[in-house]
This record gives sequence, C-alpha cells and structure tokens, in this order.
Amino acid sequence: MSAAQTDDKLVYMANQIARNFAVQGDEAAVTATADHIKMFWDPRMISAIIDGDRAGLSAIALQAVESLRS
Amino acid sequence: MGYERQPDLGTPESRSSEQVSLTIDGRDVTVPAGTSVMRAARECGGDIPSLCATDSVKAFGSCRMCLVEIEGRRGTPASCTTPVEPGMVVHTQTDRLAKLRRGVMELYISDHPLDCLTCSANNDCELQDTAAEVGLRDVRYGYEGANHLGTAPDLSNPYFLFAPDKCIACSRCVRACDEVQGTLALTVDGRGFASVISAGTKEDNFLSSECVSCGACVQACPTSALMEKSVKQLGKPERSVVTTCAYCGVGCTFRAEMKGEQLVRMVPWKDGKANRGHSCVKGRFAWGYANHQDRITKPMVRESIDQPWQEVSWEEAIGFAAGRIKAIKAQYGARALGGITSSRCTNEETFLVQKLVRAGFGSNNTDTCARVCHSPTGYGLKTTFGTSAGTQDFDSVEHSDVILVIGANPTDGHPVFASRMKRRLREGAKLIVIDPRRIDLVRSPHIEAAHHLPLQPGTNVAVLTAMAHVIVTEGLVDAEFIRARCDWDEYQDWARFVSDESHSPETLEPVTRVPAAELRAAARLFATGGNGAIYYGLGVTEHSQGSSTVMAIANLAMATGNIGRPGVGVNPLRGQNNVQGACDMGSFPHELSGYRHVSDSNARSLFEQDWGVSLDPEPGLRINNMLDAAVDGTFKAIYIQGEDILQSDPNTQHVADGLRAMDCVIVHDLFLNETANYAHVFLPGSTFLEKNGTFTNAERRIQPVRKVMEPANGYEDWEVTQFLANAIGGEWDYSHPSQILDEIARLTPTFKGVSWDMLEERGSIQWPVNDQFPDGAPVMHVDGFAGGPDGKGRGKFVVTEYVPTDEKTGPRFPLLLTTGRILSHYNVGAQTRRTANTAWHPEDLLEMHPVDAENRGLKDGDWTRLASRTGETTLRVKVTDRVAPGVVYTTFHHPATQANVVTTDYSDWATNCPEYKVTAVQVTPSNGPTDWQEDYEEFSERSRRIAHREPAE
Repeated sequence: MSAAQTDDKLVYMANQIARNFAVQGDEAAVTATADHIKMFWDPRMISAIIDGDRAGLSAIALQAVESLRS
Repeated sequence: MGYERQPDLGTPESRSSEQVSLTIDGRDVTVPAGTSVMRAARECGGDIPSLCATDSVKAFGSCRMCLVEIEGRRGTPASCTTPVEPGMVVHTQTDRLAKLRRGVMELYISDHPLDCLTCSANNDCELQDTAAEVGLRDVRYGYEGANHLGTAPDLSNPYFLFAPDKCIACSRCVRACDEVQGTLALTVDGRGFASVISAGTKEDNFLSSECVSCGACVQACPTSALMEKSVKQLGKPERSVVTTCAYCGVGCTFRAEMKGEQLVRMVPWKDGKANRGHSCVKGRFAWGYANHQDRITKPMVRESIDQPWQEVSWEEAIGFAAGRIKAIKAQYGARALGGITSSRCTNEETFLVQKLVRAGFGSNNTDTCARVCHSPTGYGLKTTFGTSAGTQDFDSVEHSDVILVIGANPTDGHPVFASRMKRRLREGAKLIVIDPRRIDLVRSPHIEAAHHLPLQPGTNVAVLTAMAHVIVTEGLVDAEFIRARCDWDEYQDWARFVSDESHSPETLEPVTRVPAAELRAAARLFATGGNGAIYYGLGVTEHSQGSSTVMAIANLAMATGNIGRPGVGVNPLRGQNNVQGACDMGSFPHELSGYRHVSDSNARSLFEQDWGVSLDPEPGLRINNMLDAAVDGTFKAIYIQGEDILQSDPNTQHVADGLRAMDCVIVHDLFLNETANYAHVFLPGSTFLEKNGTFTNAERRIQPVRKVMEPANGYEDWEVTQFLANAIGGEWDYSHPSQILDEIARLTPTFKGVSWDMLEERGSIQWPVNDQFPDGAPVMHVDGFAGGPDGKGRGKFVVTEYVPTDEKTGPRFPLLLTTGRILSHYNVGAQTRRTANTAWHPEDLLEMHPVDAENRGLKDGDWTRLASRTGETTLRVKVTDRVAPGVVYTTFHHPATQANVVTTDYSDWATNCPEYKVTAVQVTPSNGPTDWQEDYEEFSERSRRIAHREPAE
C-alpha cells in the first residue's frame, strides 16, 4: 500500500461519513461531516484530504472538506 | 483471609419488604416474610444440620436432616421448606430431633466410604460436618448390604471429577444446573436406592453431555462427589483472596483459593454483585495459562524482526526501547509515536499507558482494543444519552418483562449474565432475538424466544427502523416520557422519518429477509409488554453502520419510555473484562479520561497542570490509521500492551504490512503472540492474579483486582510502563496502583469519589461516583439524561438512515461470512488455548447451511477453502441449519485459521470499528492449508526463535 492508497481510503471515509449524515439535509450534513472529521481525525489525515485529489469526494463531503480549509 | 467456606444460609434470600418476628431456641429474630426457618436460624447465629439445602437454590426438603419442632404444630417439619410466621416459637435442638437426625445420618453413612482421611474433601465436607454435629458414633447396619461403594469415577471433564460412591443423592448439583446455570444437563436417574446422578443419556459422560462446565454443581456438592481435580491433586487451600475475573465484561467476583503461591481453585463469590455466586468454564477453571510453559518471563530485544530474540535484563530492554523512541521522536517528531492500551489490563495500567503516550511521547496516538469492538457504543450512546455507557446494572434483568437481544450471543460470550437472564426468562419474561444465527437462547430447555428475527447480516439499521415504524405508526410510543425527557422537535423529525412507508417492515422485507408479520409482532411486544430491556453485543457494533445501530437502539428505548428505572435500558454486553474501563480511562485518541475531547482546553489544562507538560490539542491516530500512517512512513513506533492486533484486527496482511514498516514495535504481553512476530522489544507481562488494580465491567462497576501471587515476570504491568516512562524522561514514582487511582479520581469527574479504600470497604461501585451520586449509580438517567447541566440533559433522537455496506455478495463471492465466539474460548484464544478448554473446541469450524453445503459437495468435517476479496484461509466445515442459507459463520479463536485474513478494511462510518460481521465469501472444497497459512506458520516459527544467553563463566 502507498500514500495514494491511504488518500483513497480517506476519501472513502469522508464519503461514508457524509453518506450517513445526508439524511439531515445538505446544509446540516456538510456541517456535521466537517465537525465529525475535526473531532476524530488526526491532523495529518485532515491535511491529506485537503491537499489530496478531491475527484472522488461526494458533493457533501467535498463541501465539508472545503470548509475544513478555513 | 484464611480459608474457610463462605457462609451458607441454606435457602435463598427473601425480597419481601414485610418483616416477621419469631423466636428460635429462645433468641428473638426478625426476618423478611418468606424466609425459611432454616435461614432465620442461621441468620441469628444458630445452625440447623442440613445436607440437601444450599442458599443458591430453592429449598427441596429431601434429606430430613433439618427437622425442627415448632410449638403448637404437630410433627417435625423440615426447616428449609417451612416459612417463618409471626410469633412462631422454634426449637432446633431437642432430644427427639437429635435421635431422628442421628438415625437419618446413620443411613447415609451406611452407604458412604469411610475414607475421610484420604478423601479430597477431608475437613471441607458437609457430610463430615453434619455427622459431627449429630454426634454419629456407630452405624448399626454394617456395610455388607447393597451399596454404591467402589463405583468408577467419571473423569471425562478436564477440571472436575464425578465420584458416584461419594454421592448422597441430595440433588443439589441437579438443582444448581437447573436453577443457577439453566442448562438442565444433569438429572437424577432411577428412584430410591437406585438413584444416581446422570449427565445426559446413559451413553454420556460429563464431557460428552450438554454440561457447559460452569462449576455450579461442583460448588453445590456437599461432599467430594463433584470435586475440582486441582483440589484432589493439591489438597485443601490454606488462604484465599477475593478478586475479579479477567475474562469477559461480566466481571465475576471470585475467591482465589491458594496454597502459598499456588492457585488451588477459583470459586465464585456470593457477594459479587455481577455474578451473585455463579461462574463459567473460563473464569472458574481456565486459569492454567498463568503458569503455561509458553509464558515469557524475561525481557527480550532484537535489532530487526528477521533476527532471533535475545534475552536481556530489564534495564537493557527498557534502555533499548527508550533509545529507539527518543531517536524516532528526534527525527520524525512526537506524532510518529503511539501506543495501544489493553482492555485486559487494569484501569490504572490503561491510564498509565495513555499517559505515557500523551505526556511522555507527546502525541495523542493512543487507542485501545475497544476500537475494534465497542467504539460505536461510545459514540452512539454519548450522542443520544450524553454518556458512553450502558444504563443498568445486571440485577436490572430481574425486573424485565421483555428482553430484546440483538447481535449478542450471551450464553457463549457472557455466560454468567446469560444464566441470570435465562432465570428471568424461565420466570415468564418474553424474549426477542435479532440475529442471523439461531443462537442457543432462541430455543433451549424451558426457554423459547417469542420472536427470532433471522436478519440478513448488515441490515440491523433497517430492521430497527422498521420496528420503530411499527411503534410510531401504530401509536405505541410513550409520548409522556418523550415530552418529559427528550427533545420534542428532534423526536418529531425522527418519527416523521421512520413513519415513511419506505421504512415499513413490508417494504424492507426483501432487504432484511425478516418476515414483516413477525417483525411487526416483535415490535408490538417490545412496546407494550411492560419493562423492555435491550441487550446487544458486537453483532451491533462491528458493522459499517455500527454507530447508527447503537443510536437506533437508543431511539427505540426512548420512544417506548424504557429508560431510567430497573428492568429497562440499553445494555451493551462488553467483550473484554475492562473494555468499559479502557474507554473511561482516556484510551481513545480524541478524548481524555471521562470522555472529554482533547480540544477542550479546560479539561486539557487540568491534565497539563497535574502532569507538568503541555498536551497536543489535536486528536491522534486510531489503530487502523496508525497502520496506514506506518505504511506511508509517518508513523514509526508503537507500544502495545496486552493486545494481539495481528490476530484480532481485520485484514491481517494489512496489519502485518503496517507493523513491518515500523522501526520500533514494543509488545508487552504474557506470550509471544502473533503481533510479537513483528516486534523489536518484548516486555513480559503479568496476569490478573499477579497484580493490584481495578477493572470496570459492562455495568460500569469498578471492582478491585488483588494480587494473589508474585508476578512470574517480576513486575506488575503498571510498573513496566513506569520504567519506560522514566527512561524517556518522565518522573513517575507510583508505588501502588491506589496512587494511580487517586490521580484518575482527581482528573476525572465521574470517578471523583472513588478510592482504593472505598473499594476495599464496599467491594465495588458503579460510576458516576461524585457529589451528585456519592453511592454510585446502578441505573443511569433516572431523572434526566447525563449530558446537559446538572445531569438534567434531554435525550436526543437521531435519525438513522439505512446505508447498505459496500461489501456485497456477487457471483464470485456469493455467501456472507459473519464471525463470533464460543463459550470455551475467549477472544483470540491466547489464554484459553493454553488450558484444557481445548477439549471442547480444538479448532475453528465454518458453520454452513445444509443446502449451501450440498451445492458445493461438502459434508460435515470436510476441509474447505474460505476466500474473500481480501484473502483466503482453510478450515473444516460444520453443516448446520443454525445459519440461514447464504450465510456462513466462524469463530476466530485459533491463529492457524486466521479468520481475519479474509475480513475486509470496511469499518463503521463514525468510529472505524471494523466490519467483522459481514464479508462476502466463497467456500470451496480444499485439500489443505493455503499458501498464506503455510508461509505464516514458517515465518511465525522463525520469528519466535530465542537465543538464550550463555551463562557467564
């Protein structure tokens, strides 16, 4: 496994979190997903997903990751 | 304390609130109504001779030894079956009674061997004591008549023997099996003089019968007819120490009975509040691993994992480890270091490991084995109820009317609690089982589930949402409770969601494969059947929606008002002895002890001041993230106390890759476990018999663990952690775990009132223990939910949408594999495989439905190849209709099987708890082990080599 595979895994994780919050509606789901990532992810995982390839992110996950940048 | 039998009051305690006063031999005594005359006599300091009575089972009245005279009443009634009455005047010692008792005793002894001096029960025998009490001096009948002397003992059980010639047919063993254990394996065969105790059918012995070797019969036996083999071998114990079992999350209290440093036997302690005097085959008998030849007692190091181990001194080993840690920290920074605390170790040891990581290493990369079992419980219950713990004590089940068991197999995983649950079920409580497999509870002697919902693995959330749909749409919710205790708006959102037709049992039936009518009936029963209690296990948590399922369970409990009183609640059955404690102690990378997030500056500053360091405010890595980071090269060193992640964590090859990528792997364990194959430093650990400290069981009960023998390795585990901390610059000076407990209490609001002295005095206490709950809290959320100000928080309904797992069956992998445990083994089997428990379960088997087996040309006992997208292994098949077609099941107790070679990387969305319970697989006939198994065995042998140091000249 390589760093690229770890990045894929992070994208998968972010999408999975977003998918489970999706039922709350888009806006709330974006906030909840971003909060969840901030609460439970190590800083290097957060930087990796911010700096990584976002092509695989779902709409909610993508917005959540965008919001983490600030 | 010395060795003497725990007092036996003859008949069970009466729970009546009405008091009755009477006179026994001139002494006035007041007892609850319903108490037997025998018990009343023993409570006021007297004794009535008896043989067939013991306070763990109901009175039977067969031995005719406990006869008494009662003024105004004819004859000589048996005191065990006679309840007290107001004003009763009882005489227990009269000439008439003495004569009667002596006559009965004479008959007993006429058919009993007089080999007392060489008997294993010598001086610890109720028959002997009773003979002494009644003053038996002669047996007029002689010994020539028909008798049972000289019969052959049944030695089949590895731990105890049955000697029929020592049996007095009192039936205490039979009744203990029926009433205490609830297996009903024993019976009295024949009548009158021909009565013999029999396990199973005539062809059976104890081992081949349905006996589960819980030891209740041995405990109940008044003679040496049922006796521990260890007592026969070693003799009567000379001292004893009360301590807490280190197997499962039930946390049974035992008395370790000793001769010097030798453990003679473990006997369940009646005052233990979790077990109430009961035990299972593991805690009662499977302690031989503590002295197993595989145990490593000397520290070892090696430069790289292809070298053999070198035995070294403690100083060298600690110095070697500290050197590597300091070098890695200097080169890669603190976040390249981490540790794993153990749910097997004490609270104090766990607390120190996370302290070592946070304060010593300087990172928050601490995690614990709870990650792979109950982390979703922590997340789910914290979100809904405000605190990460079960809501009840075990006694609560005695007040339940409907018991819902989901994703748990208590008779195998939590046997002592299962016995308590079964007792309640025999009293008439209704049972609902939600499990893909027909677990024993579904149908066993005198117990039958009202509803068994054999769901498709991975559809827990769909099933629970469908149940909620029925309860809401049929108007069965407890609106009063919800209005008073929960957030009403959130409830309404949730109710709207679950009411949607898309969540009806009928719509979801194709997904869950649970017949809609059966699901509706189960939901109605749960909502309307009285006190409803939910018990769940890893079949709930170890899924990609583990956390959602926990929250769905909490929703269901709140919607039906089943929170905040005895008999109800949400009860996670914790896997290991100290999973609750490990979570409480701040083992998770994102939170400090007492579940406070590391970003909470108030909480953090408390620790920073106490420890004199500054702490990382960002969450650390979880176990699986540590392994990913190791492969990526940013994580370099790990200290693993008492966990075998290579065997217990999913996707074994990925775990191996992660460990292999690290520069310093420190394993602190009893044995060279599978993880140690990748270690550079091995620090020998101590067993629970060799240390002081506390465990916290599944009911939040903090219980003392007491040292009964010196550690074979020289040090308790907390001492070893302290060595390591001090070698990297810590200035720790704990000399007893009580000081660590004081520090925990100082820094953790829910432990504020806990101390070693308090536990010595009370035996145990359930957290929270603080100003609001100075005596602890058997039931939580009584007046308000734990979250929120003053513990008056409101329950939170969380909408849980069913999201199917991405692990899907298809043409190549058409079956779903789910995993579990078996009674005789514990977790990865490191302990139980090193005991005679292998007599019951020598290997892992793959359970498969007859239809699936026939399609593949497989029959019982055939070798099969079990393959998933991740990997493959081989094991033998057991054909059984306990599993549904399309589902296969196995255990993971044996490293040769390596069931986790096939499990996947999928995990719970919220906590990354691995999805052990759902793997798409194919099963085909096989000739033998896979390449991985062969390679691994060779690697394992090579990496376990130890180069013993030549003695100095």
